[in-house]
Amino acid sequence: MKENASATKSLRETASRLLSEEKVAAVIGYARRNGADMAVPVFVRRPEDAEQLVFDDGCFGNLAVYLAKSEVRALGKLGIVVKGCDLRTVNVLLREHVVDRDDVYLIGVRCAGVDDSGATRCAACESHDPDGCDVVVGDPVDQPKVNAEDRYKDAAEMETRSPEERWEFWRRELDRCIRCYACRQACPLCYCKRCIVEKTAPQWVESSPHLRGNIAWHVARALHVTGRCVGCGQCERVCPVGIPLNAVNQKMAKIVDEWFGFRSGQSPDEQGPFSTFSEDDPEIEIL
Amino acid sequence: MIQDNTQQPDASKWQPRIVAFLCNWCSYAGADLAGMSRFAYPAAIRIVRVPCSGRVDPMFVLKAFERGADMVLVSGCHPGDCHYTSGNYHARRKLQAFRELLSFFGVDPRRFKMSWVSAAEGGKWSSLVTELTEEARKLGPFEAFPSMVNAETA
Repeated sequence: MKENASATKSLRETASRLLSEEKVAAVIGYARRNGADMAVPVFVRRPEDAEQLVFDDGCFGNLAVYLAKSEVRALGKLGIVVKGCDLRTVNVLLREHVVDRDDVYLIGVRCAGVDDSGATRCAACESHDPDGCDVVVGDPVDQPKVNAEDRYKDAAEMETRSPEERWEFWRRELDRCIRCYACRQACPLCYCKRCIVEKTAPQWVESSPHLRGNIAWHVARALHVTGRCVGCGQCERVCPVGIPLNAVNQKMAKIVDEWFGFRSGQSPDEQGPFSTFSEDDPEIEIL
Repeated sequence: MIQDNTQQPDASKWQPRIVAFLCNWCSYAGADLAGMSRFAYPAAIRIVRVPCSGRVDPMFVLKAFERGADMVLVSGCHPGDCHYTSGNYHARRKLQAFRELLSFFGVDPRRFKMSWVSAAEGGKWSSLVTELTEEARKLGPFEAFPSMVNAETA
């Protein structure tokens, strides 16, 4: 565990000040509990509890998921700790009018990268310094140059395999899915009150965890976050059977980047690529 | 009687089954014109009329594959000619992304076709269906999706 002492100190001061001045009803941040190897989310409601807040390399969870929950928004104005990557999620929630900018106080943290094994997001991070927050804490971080090909590394690796290998691979992976929908629950952008998998007339996605239903679920999930997903990797992180969902999300992000020059979460004013069109969009084998 | 489409095709009698989602204003009228003009084309195609190609949700296509379609076609008005101004442009973005996703999972992208057929293109419709039927026949039965569940229920 590598603690970012300067960020932790400023976070506690900021949270304590916001709560005692009653600027926010709660601050959502990270805390350490019982020696676990990752930081856990914490809701700080009283100024004296601000001492619980930390920032270290175990803070890889995406707290923006709470902003999408109406019971959390009902608390009142929320302070929330966001890394640069989490801020991109918040930007999508703002652009989709899930949360109003005035109802949230963004506490940005400059982050050099968290200890997020298996995900390419820190290696290809272009937002170490969150831009557009109400306050930013932590020491300045160098922004290394990121190669475009590193952005979609997992997807590109998969594309080098033959279609038969890919089909075998995904058959094996998706066959293990137990349909717990942890990927959906953990995703800050999967906030529909009534999800397509719960619809039964007609039933688009078969509910039993057999391969056919699993494929339909993962196709539906991937398409529903296409052009929205910012690649936080929370879905893959919470998957109890370890399905490599980052590769799927990256593939879809790569398509909207290549076809429409769109990268999700850059600004709260952007328009999603599937709510607009251009007459010059690529046409691939349209007969 | 509802036909059981999940049955494995008998190899000796097998004929491809193509499910086509046609927009009401152009492609459906184009297919209608082909019929009225007495253009012959193979009977492998099953047409579902939709208000606009933009109405087609990728789940429609997936469901068709699950129920045993060997090929799925979505056809709409030519770009610029949509009855609702822009439905086909939205369909183009959405469905092409869907095809890329299928292909990423290893599904042969040739199983999912898109076309623009106008109400005046009865001839194009008839030759398109002929070509697609030939291609579907060459690709053979698409058993990937139906077979998953036969194994499950067996």
